[in-house]
Amino acid sequence: MAKRYEYWNKEMELKNRKELDEIQTKRLRAIVKYCYEKVPFYNKRFKEIGLHPDDIKTKEDIVKIPITKKQDLRDNYPFGMFAVPLTEIVRIHASSGTTGKPTVVGYTKNDIETWTELMARTIMAPNVTKEDIVQNAYGYGLFTGGLGFHYGAERIGATVIPISGGNTERQILIMQDFKSTVLTCTPSYSLFIAEYMKNQDIDIESLSLRVGIFGAEPWSDSLRKKIEDALHIDAIDIYGLSELCGPGVSVECPEKAGLHIWEDHFIPEIINPETSEQLGEDEQGALVFTTLTKEGIPLLRYLTNDISILNYEKCNCGRWHARMKKVIGRADDMLIVRGINVFPSEVEYQLMKIPGVSENYQIIVDRDILDILTIRVEVTPEYFSDKISDMEALKDKIEKHLKANLQIHANVEFAAPGSIERSIGKAKRVIDLRKDKI
Amino acid sequence: MVRQLSVFLPNKPGILAIFTEILGKNSINIRALTVADTADYGILRIIVDDPTKCLNVLKEANYLVSETEVIAVEVEDKPGALHQIAKLMGDNGINIEYIYSTLKAGAAVILIRVNKPEKALELLKKESFKVLGDEIYKI
Repeated sequence: MAKRYEYWNKEMELKNRKELDEIQTKRLRAIVKYCYEKVPFYNKRFKEIGLHPDDIKTKEDIVKIPITKKQDLRDNYPFGMFAVPLTEIVRIHASSGTTGKPTVVGYTKNDIETWTELMARTIMAPNVTKEDIVQNAYGYGLFTGGLGFHYGAERIGATVIPISGGNTERQILIMQDFKSTVLTCTPSYSLFIAEYMKNQDIDIESLSLRVGIFGAEPWSDSLRKKIEDALHIDAIDIYGLSELCGPGVSVECPEKAGLHIWEDHFIPEIINPETSEQLGEDEQGALVFTTLTKEGIPLLRYLTNDISILNYEKCNCGRWHARMKKVIGRADDMLIVRGINVFPSEVEYQLMKIPGVSENYQIIVDRDILDILTIRVEVTPEYFSDKISDMEALKDKIEKHLKANLQIHANVEFAAPGSIERSIGKAKRVIDLRKDKI
Repeated sequence: MVRQLSVFLPNKPGILAIFTEILGKNSINIRALTVADTADYGILRIIVDDPTKCLNVLKEANYLVSETEVIAVEVEDKPGALHQIAKLMGDNGINIEYIYSTLKAGAAVILIRVNKPEKALELLKKESFKVLGDEIYKI
């Protein structure tokens, strides 16, 4: 059977590389001029280095523009980076930032329209259509997840259930009674729901779910498999950040071979996070985005700190829109343990490959004289043995596997079922105790 | 063979008390017990009066629990009794993975998990040892 590919905006989604480059060049020149004229921050920064919008003639010239960082948004809190007066802003969102002040973004009427269009494409790319019933369990509020999905799903004509996050028992009841076919939430919450159902002996077959669109935190391919097996769905990765619009920057098509970035609205780049030097296709580094159409808060070369790789090959789905590899981790989440770079998501990826290790784990870093990395895992019931020798062999296997694949020495500790904190919003998988000791 | 339940317990203060409280509340009586411990966790192995009920209660309470069959042998409560069993196993190349015991009126009951249970049972019966079955739940 030939694979089915749905498109919301076939014309734009199927533009070829040359056409996309032309659109990007034209829009880049316009947005640079717009930023220079409308945003005092950019005007000042351009003048400081003697750069003029006319110097940006081609897409390649983008490297002349300095990188914009999250700190720049913080320094201009709350509305200093806006390109239009508040009278033109129809909506405010803010990042879920857990430390310091949130980053604030504003949308003009056109921005909301663009975002809705991008979310419509994003939701449809994994073949969700107007036939579907979308249970939107992303939080509604300042966080962009809830409303972003809500408007996009409505736009394609799907039936939206704006249930928001939490209250798992009610989520399951609604899923059963309303026959929801699509679940949208964080990947860790989807696991939480799956585990809840297992513990309550609720049959997965009592649900009608077929697709899950999960984002807002990095998750590995092996975790994808666990979610797919537990909920009997296709689990799709979606990417976005509030600074760029919210969800809807990129999404996987049914190929699940990287997330298509909507390149008519964003120019993606990969840079070396330490030197800010632009890296080539297939090189791993930090993602940087330039917004091409935003009016409220346009951003030039915004550094995300998300580590990925770009691929410009045409996809089997027919789209040329560049694909970013599933986010490997965040540059600022990266742990340096005894001088070795460790991405928590890579640890997860390796852990999930070992039979007997459940999806509930925690990475703890502490320091005695040297750094000590401890991984607490809950063992699955099938692998629990009455013999210490079996249990210790499993421990040893996990430690050896991590050593062989990540070059790190970790002490594995077994934890009782349910003892590792479960998550409803973003999962707290990493505990770095060294921070209090430096 | 008799039914033994093995339970995962973190090696921390108070954990056993929570566990025993659950057993007590559900009127489950422990017939024999042993703990194998490591730095971070222990495996508590128990023979109880009602294994099926106990298994359900523990699963309900979200314990990591597994069921294993072990051999129960009744011996005289006197010096040298355990030696007879240990020697019989050793002489026949059977490895004892773990062993513990409990008392019943006038006798001791030895509980063993071996690598070759069928062969061990055959030897014990041949040597006229009293191998226990369901009666262990009622001692």
